[in-house]
Amino acid sequence: MVLSLWRKIRRTGRVAEPAPPPPDAAAGPAVAELAGSVQIRHVDAGSCNGCEVEIGSAFGPVYDAERYGARLVAAPRHADALLVTGPVTRNMAVALRRTYEATPEPKVVVAVGDCARDCGVFAGSYGVAGAVRDVVPVDVEISGCPPRPEAIVAALRSLTGR
Amino acid sequence: MTPLGLVGGVVQPLLILAGSPLLLGVMRQIRARLEGRRGAGIGQPWRDLRKLMRKQRITPRGTTEVFRVAPVLLVATTLVVAVVAPFVTITSAVGPVADLFAVVALLALGTVAVALAGLDTGTAFGGMGASRETTILALVEPTLLVAIFALSVRVGSTNLPAIVSATLEDPGQVLSSASLLAAVALMIVIVAETGRLPVDNPATHLELTMVHEAMVLEYAGPDLALIELGSAMRLSVYLGLLANLFFPIGIATELSVLGILGGVVAFAVKVTVLGAALATTEVFLAKLRLFRVPELLAGSFLLALLAAGASYFLG
Repeated sequence: MVLSLWRKIRRTGRVAEPAPPPPDAAAGPAVAELAGSVQIRHVDAGSCNGCEVEIGSAFGPVYDAERYGARLVAAPRHADALLVTGPVTRNMAVALRRTYEATPEPKVVVAVGDCARDCGVFAGSYGVAGAVRDVVPVDVEISGCPPRPEAIVAALRSLTGR
Repeated sequence: MTPLGLVGGVVQPLLILAGSPLLLGVMRQIRARLEGRRGAGIGQPWRDLRKLMRKQRITPRGTTEVFRVAPVLLVATTLVVAVVAPFVTITSAVGPVADLFAVVALLALGTVAVALAGLDTGTAFGGMGASRETTILALVEPTLLVAIFALSVRVGSTNLPAIVSATLEDPGQVLSSASLLAAVALMIVIVAETGRLPVDNPATHLELTMVHEAMVLEYAGPDLALIELGSAMRLSVYLGLLANLFFPIGIATELSVLGILGGVVAFAVKVTVLGAALATTEVFLAKLRLFRVPELLAGSFLLALLAAGASYFLG
């Protein structure tokens, strides 16, 4: 079992794609303080899980967002950035606000996907409280339904500055 | 207190303080490369710590002094062990503290402080993590004591520098049955105590399977930096103890610039090689179910007990 896994590792080699050129525009004043290390807490505020699949592949071996200094963490207390997906549903509005309050300064909020930006196909639904910017202040937005992993990685690089 | 011991007492904590995040970086980089990734570079843990030091300090409502003291206590106890244990120099700065029981008790004190802090937050995950950590601790400490005790029998002293210098004079006895059994028991115990696979997965953020991280979920900013630095230092200290108890070659025995430099390089190389081996092994392992962990640790205790028996009856 160990031997076959080792052979697989040898055969596969490196699957991470070559890094595109680094971002030229920083995403705000917080970037200088973070200095190449951004811990991210992902908040699903009512998403269809399409964006989650893309976030998962952005942190997978092929796009390897961790090489730019971004890392997913387990608690908002450990985080510098909140990655919010989906239109904010009524049930998640309070939870999102409290997650934002629990995050230590300096902090940034990234709205991922069209739903997080303007509610997408769920706009006007009775269960939706609004877009992410209606509940907490948003610093970076990523468009797409769902956004491509390249777009997510590019937005995260504008935060880490690497 | 000798001049050599004093130099060791200054060099060792500085080396472990500066080097342990780098060791963590090397281990993460090895894992990333084996997974086909590029990896964030070996300096990433230091970048994380620098960033955390600049962040806002948050004290959750309802927490007491226990929560505030724990990160400082974790780093302080580990630093004391780094000062006294024979890592770079063969003599200790404070000889009597470099005792087997004192060192193990100091390391346990740091763990207990963090477990109490986890309880102090009053959250579900804090209590769950604390209960798991103390379960593992209760099984780990006896093994740690008995395994090093097995090594101390032939020396007739539980003083760590004495054990290390006896091994240095007669390297052949590392291959005795007692010594080999103790080495295997220590390796299992160190993996469990530092929260590595297969006991705990340092890369997972799934709340239901976390052990160490569940206790520290409420820490933010500089406090979290101290906790992470303390955990990294503990890993280096445990690997350093393992390396020097069984393979003390290169440790500085006399006071000279070359000797100290050699001791520093030998210690860094030994700990890095052990850490790299640990990181490589982890790629091939899955996490054990929590209820299987006591079986693993009971097995390591049995090995330690056999080692102690063998050192009495065969040694």
